[in-house]
Amino acid sequence: MECLGVKVLVNRSTTEILGDRKAAGVAFKEGPSVEADFVVVAAGIRPNTELGRKAGLQVNRGIVVNDYMETSNPDIFAVGECVEHKGICYGLVKPLFEQGKVLAATITGNKGPVYEGSILASKLKIMGVDVFSAGDFNEKAPGTDAVRYEDPALGIYKKLTLRDGKLVGVILVGDISDSHRYMDWLRSGTDLTKMRRHLLFPAPVEDRGLDTAQMPDHETVCGCMGVTKGSIIQAIHEKGVNTLSQLKECTRASTGCGSCTELCQQLLKAVALEFQEETKKVLCKCVPFAEDNLREILRSQKLRSVQEVLDIYGNGQGCEVCKPALSYMMDMIWCGDHDEDRSARFINDRVHANIQKDGTFSVIPRIRGGVTSAAELRRIADVADKYNVPMVKITGSQRIDLLGVKKSDLPNMWADLGMPSGQAYTKGVRMVKTCVGTEFCRYGVQDSTSAGIELERRLENLYTPHKVKMGVVGCPRNCAEATVKDIGIIGQEGSWQIVVGGAAGKSVRKADLLITVAGTEEALEAAEVFFQYYRENANYLERTYGFVERLGIEKVRKETVYATEEVRQALLDRLRKSKALAPDPWLEGANPRHPSQFIQIEPIERVSL
Amino acid sequence: MSDKLSDKLRWVRTARCEDIPLREARSVKFGDREIAIFNLGDRFLAVDNRCPHKGGPLSDGIVSGATVACPLHARKVDLETGNVLNAPDSPQCVAAFRTRVEDGVISLELPVKTAAKEKRLEVCFEGSARILGTIQSGI
Repeated sequence: MECLGVKVLVNRSTTEILGDRKAAGVAFKEGPSVEADFVVVAAGIRPNTELGRKAGLQVNRGIVVNDYMETSNPDIFAVGECVEHKGICYGLVKPLFEQGKVLAATITGNKGPVYEGSILASKLKIMGVDVFSAGDFNEKAPGTDAVRYEDPALGIYKKLTLRDGKLVGVILVGDISDSHRYMDWLRSGTDLTKMRRHLLFPAPVEDRGLDTAQMPDHETVCGCMGVTKGSIIQAIHEKGVNTLSQLKECTRASTGCGSCTELCQQLLKAVALEFQEETKKVLCKCVPFAEDNLREILRSQKLRSVQEVLDIYGNGQGCEVCKPALSYMMDMIWCGDHDEDRSARFINDRVHANIQKDGTFSVIPRIRGGVTSAAELRRIADVADKYNVPMVKITGSQRIDLLGVKKSDLPNMWADLGMPSGQAYTKGVRMVKTCVGTEFCRYGVQDSTSAGIELERRLENLYTPHKVKMGVVGCPRNCAEATVKDIGIIGQEGSWQIVVGGAAGKSVRKADLLITVAGTEEALEAAEVFFQYYRENANYLERTYGFVERLGIEKVRKETVYATEEVRQALLDRLRKSKALAPDPWLEGANPRHPSQFIQIEPIERVSL
Repeated sequence: MSDKLSDKLRWVRTARCEDIPLREARSVKFGDREIAIFNLGDRFLAVDNRCPHKGGPLSDGIVSGATVACPLHARKVDLETGNVLNAPDSPQCVAAFRTRVEDGVISLELPVKTAAKEKRLEVCFEGSARILGTIQSGI
């Protein structure tokens, strides 16, 4: 944890919380006080005994129960955090499971099994670090030996305490893959004298499945969700589970704290007929977390700046890979209401133009749906003349590109163009390509230009995990190639087809049909729902074609167009909220975020070098 | 080096601290040569604003600690030494310049071209000045 930048002070008794009305710090008996803006006091779990007291039951710290989980009134039973058994109150979930089993036997007329107390074990994830502790790890008690292993660079620490050749306590930090083995020794009181050399490093076994084979079926694998080894094996057989995500979906195992993930993997490997390993890619070595974890961290920790994430969960520095990714996440999660840090953005997103091989930039104004006017074209031509633009090019996306522009000319050019940014430089909404549709075409059956312009208007200026190119066509002849766009809308007689995940770049992929709808508004809304879903769930730099393929179109449909009204509306609401906070980036030409955003600094003292 | 002109390292008042946002850089032009100045929060560092790989403007790169990634092909340049940290084959580097800050002004120690006469004069006045070798690249 100290490596993650958290200073840990132990063995301190708090004497005072400093500050007047607002916390300023905490004072200790044993040393200097520390500054604080916010003080969190954690006191563990206190049994809620009120109900027991009112019912006239015997209550000490908790509601007193015997080995059958009976309270002082044999008609009333109690389990869980509220009970006190043999003077001990448990604040963890595992004792509850054990008590529950005894209670079930007692109240179903099979009274007999007794609860003998639990060996306290906790498996936690503290700021991304796996921690396991169980039993008594006080090594100062007479007759106690401690066995230790430590690798601070890898963040691994293991300590076993032994008394009379038996294991009495375990602490594991950073690698808790052996925890079930130690729990087993703890519970069974196995004599470890003969195994002393292999306590921390078991003699290598050829049989990699041996470890899980040693677990009995009734043993809990996932403590958060209460899933046993047996039920996992059952799910693998009955539901044809082959991957960890399928297992999560079927059994909920490994969906809580995630500390049993490794164990679940081992079980899958051992049992599933066509096991497929899913390697969870971390964003970057600067912030070694998977992107879905990071999104969760940002949300739950309410982190609103890239630097904050890097300081708390990363190496404090970041790099050109993780900074733009985190910038995107910030913007998406907080719907634009975040602390925008331009130093974490690629140059294109600092100056809203696309950097070229010679350090100049290209300027592409927005021409919605590819529909322009004589006046607009004249202005573009005038701008090209005025700024000596070396190349004017029609792009493949029905737009006009002015290439070879100096950074310092950008703001004036934008002002002279009087057109919004086409965002051809960013991982964001590029354009909606359209055909002429019913407006002029003999074959057109839908008004594709109006629909395309409206779609572009609704989505423009938004950032996305990777660029998003769209197309709307007025008939299945598909003149604007909607079937190879990230989002395509295809007009047909009396309806529209919405297709997603198409590509015609490095990869060529025909888009999958998302849904068919009758009205234009419904078509636009389906496109918007998918668009926001992609924004929220894709990894940074994952195009829709990779995203749709990774998730499968069935899942995408289920979670977008087939989702409940509430879910769809929530996606649309978040999209609209983001949109409201996403202005035309070229407005920064007149109101730069920093005085030197576009200008070339003149040296104070001129010299020749 | 020409006969008439020679180079001498000297401190040149260049830019104001507030010109350069935190963890970003700006380039400053001296004739045809551009120098990128980086604001690392606790100090400023300066290197030639030309990536040795394909001439990319380093001042437009993303800063990571005391390195910058060139915006064109992500060559990573150590801003203290000028060395390219991920050059695939032969070692490459850009010139790095010493910096100092006084009264909110960043000065760079630059190889300033001085006419031969002036040079002699300056040597007279600053007899004890260190005469340092010329900076290798870009002259």
